[in-house]
Amino acid sequence: MDFFTFVQILDATLRFATPLLLACLAGLFSERAGIFDIGLEGKMLVAAFLAAAVAATSGSVWVGLMAGIAGSLVLAVVHGLAAITFRGNQLISGVAVNFFASGITVVVAQSWFAQGGGTPQLSGDARFAAIIWPGALTKIRELRAADPLTQTYSELISGHAIIVYIALALVPLSWWVLYRTRFGLRLRAVGENPAAVDTAGISVVRLRFAAVLIAGVLCGLAGAYLSTALQAGFSKEMTAGRGYIALAALIFAKWRPWHALWACLLFGFLQALALRPDVLEGVIGLKVQGQLLDALPYILTVIILAGFVGKAIPPRAGGEPYVKER
Amino acid sequence: MTDPVLELIGISKSFGPVQANKDISLRVMPGTIHGIIGENGAGKSTLMSILYGFYRADSGTIRVRGQEVQIADSQAAIAAGIGMVFQHFKLVENFTVLENIVLGAEDSAWLRPSLARARKELRSLSDDYGLSVDPDAVIEEIGVGMQQRVEILKALYRRADILILDEPTGVLTPAEADQLFRILGRLRAEGKTVILITHKLREIMEITDSVSVMRRGEMVASVTTRDTSPEQLAELMVGRKVLLQVGKSPARPGAAVLQVDDLRVTDAKGVQRVKGVSLTVHAGEILGIAGVAGNGQSELLEVLGGMRPATGRVRMDGQDIDLTGHHSDGRTRRARGIGHVPEDRQREGLIMEFFAWENVAFGYHDAPAYNHGPLMDQNALRNDTAAKMARFDVRPNNCWLTARNFSGGNQQKIVVAREIERNPRLLLVGQPTRGVDIGAIEFIHKQLIALRDAGAAILLVSVELDEIMALSDRIAVMFDGQIMGERQPDATTVQELGLLMAGMTGTVPGAAA
Repeated sequence: MDFFTFVQILDATLRFATPLLLACLAGLFSERAGIFDIGLEGKMLVAAFLAAAVAATSGSVWVGLMAGIAGSLVLAVVHGLAAITFRGNQLISGVAVNFFASGITVVVAQSWFAQGGGTPQLSGDARFAAIIWPGALTKIRELRAADPLTQTYSELISGHAIIVYIALALVPLSWWVLYRTRFGLRLRAVGENPAAVDTAGISVVRLRFAAVLIAGVLCGLAGAYLSTALQAGFSKEMTAGRGYIALAALIFAKWRPWHALWACLLFGFLQALALRPDVLEGVIGLKVQGQLLDALPYILTVIILAGFVGKAIPPRAGGEPYVKER
Repeated sequence: MTDPVLELIGISKSFGPVQANKDISLRVMPGTIHGIIGENGAGKSTLMSILYGFYRADSGTIRVRGQEVQIADSQAAIAAGIGMVFQHFKLVENFTVLENIVLGAEDSAWLRPSLARARKELRSLSDDYGLSVDPDAVIEEIGVGMQQRVEILKALYRRADILILDEPTGVLTPAEADQLFRILGRLRAEGKTVILITHKLREIMEITDSVSVMRRGEMVASVTTRDTSPEQLAELMVGRKVLLQVGKSPARPGAAVLQVDDLRVTDAKGVQRVKGVSLTVHAGEILGIAGVAGNGQSELLEVLGGMRPATGRVRMDGQDIDLTGHHSDGRTRRARGIGHVPEDRQREGLIMEFFAWENVAFGYHDAPAYNHGPLMDQNALRNDTAAKMARFDVRPNNCWLTARNFSGGNQQKIVVAREIERNPRLLLVGQPTRGVDIGAIEFIHKQLIALRDAGAAILLVSVELDEIMALSDRIAVMFDGQIMGERQPDATTVQELGLLMAGMTGTVPGAAA
């Protein structure tokens, strides 16, 4: 394997990790506030569909992005009403969101575009273009001939859609919000002991809604990235379990932003590897079944969820509706 | 004559058909410690929750420093200068002391300047009131006494000058309670007003200036503490004369019934909770295990009751009991004559949604008297239950009510009746009177002593030192999974036991007298 192949794999890793990272941070905000959210998947799916559909219709990816975020927010509000206002079971509410998203996207896509549950291919302004940094090479032939530094700069650093950079910037930002602001202190407190927050005279409901809405926006970004940047259009069930993988990454990261980045990059790396069985074969000298490679992220998910990566203590009030008592 | 700092006039509050507070009036003078005493369910906590904005009163007025205030939420209570230390602390376990104090009272949206100012303020508060805490300690790593000081500091940081403490000594060792009382005295000296809610007469007599007594939602009396006596307060609380100390004759211990040797228990996290406990309980005696909650007493009871595995040796009437194998369950233990009144009646003693008669059957449901072949004789069970409920004065005497519909005291009577009426050889009793009113305490204590006099061995675990002192024929003190020592109740003092409960084995000068 030459260095350029390695850089290419890292480049793919970053692209695959981006939606996972956004969803993972969405889950992080929600769960740190004590609201379990297995509806990440559904919110991403609806956002992916709306972003692609509206971008295809309007011709502007930015309008599409807004539509995607709006769709995700609607589901976030539904989850919030069920889980916070009506103190329902958060897992059931999340499952309902996922089922709803899975059905509604295909039905609406079919009646809107009649293309088998997907949207038309997006092109031009209807899709997020790669941002080419100054001085970056774009032609494969030039890249292969360039020195490692230029290769890294041009392939790995440069050439991503804006959402990739936003996602990366959100990691330190999330850390800062959680650990350096009043909002973050209260958010972490409400996920650990809402009674402490309540007796301090702060509204538990408002804090938790804020967290759920942040998760909505982040899932919207993640979904829009899938259909308008990573792919060029929406296809049926295109999230392919990424919401659940993001949850596994969240547990792996023990609900911490920087660790979430590393966990998502690991999953992204596995997904990138699945696209290059030739590289893996060259490295380990064995032919590996493509299906096995595709399954790797999911296998890792199962391993993480089964608790093989050490003890992960979730926020203590997670999953429990807050009922005021003396 | 000064004006009251806090005045409640005609406060009423109903939850559905239950009137928790009926036309309550209360005057609290500034710079005093005012006790509010009453049995469980008398409405003390409801009243304080109204003061702290958790509930809205249906009617009535609250005046703070002469000004009428509307307390709609906790924020309003804080703004009125009212601070509250709840029975169950409202702290974020994995936050530091400083973070907990700042939470909700931050200066700005940015955390660091808020924390810095709080650190300074905390230092001066600590100095003013003798409340020393480490601002950077994490809550889950400090003791309950320290956690309570954090709660008090939280209120002071919010500039509270009326401090309400709800049953503050329930989780403390006697030494920690003494320290708390010193702090409260210091607060009073600095001009703060303290409202102390408790059901312990001793605390009221020891520290308060004046005391108000609540009974069944009403304020039945407000008196100056030095003009009253524990007997009078108890009578006011219950509405009839009560014996504060149940009389008992000296024990006549027989053969050893329960022998425990080097018992060790490791919990799910791999922490050793019981570290080599050995003890013996004889027929016709009560062995009391004293200790602050969480020092292995619960685990000890659970092992003996067949609820968790352990290593070591336990013998019942000289025969070994299986501690880990197929016969280490509660059913086998019951068959050997072990009765068990578990510590938490609502989780381990009863099924709250089941009828009283079903609850009375638990553990004994396969008794031949209740069964015709594979079918249960429910009539026999119900008749039996009704008889037991009558003998134990369970009110209301209706075996078709679910456990949830009984008060705490009556729930406990159901559990105690179930176990005692089986005439156990050995009765394991955990916290028999936790959350139980004085009248029921008296009754349950009498029943336990009657069982002892009938020749049963009783192992009593309680965090209430008064209860241990009143009932036990011998007292063993547990600390950190070990037995620190054994004492005779008439040859020891609360102070000496308190030191043992805190893990100190050195004898106190003059305590052994």
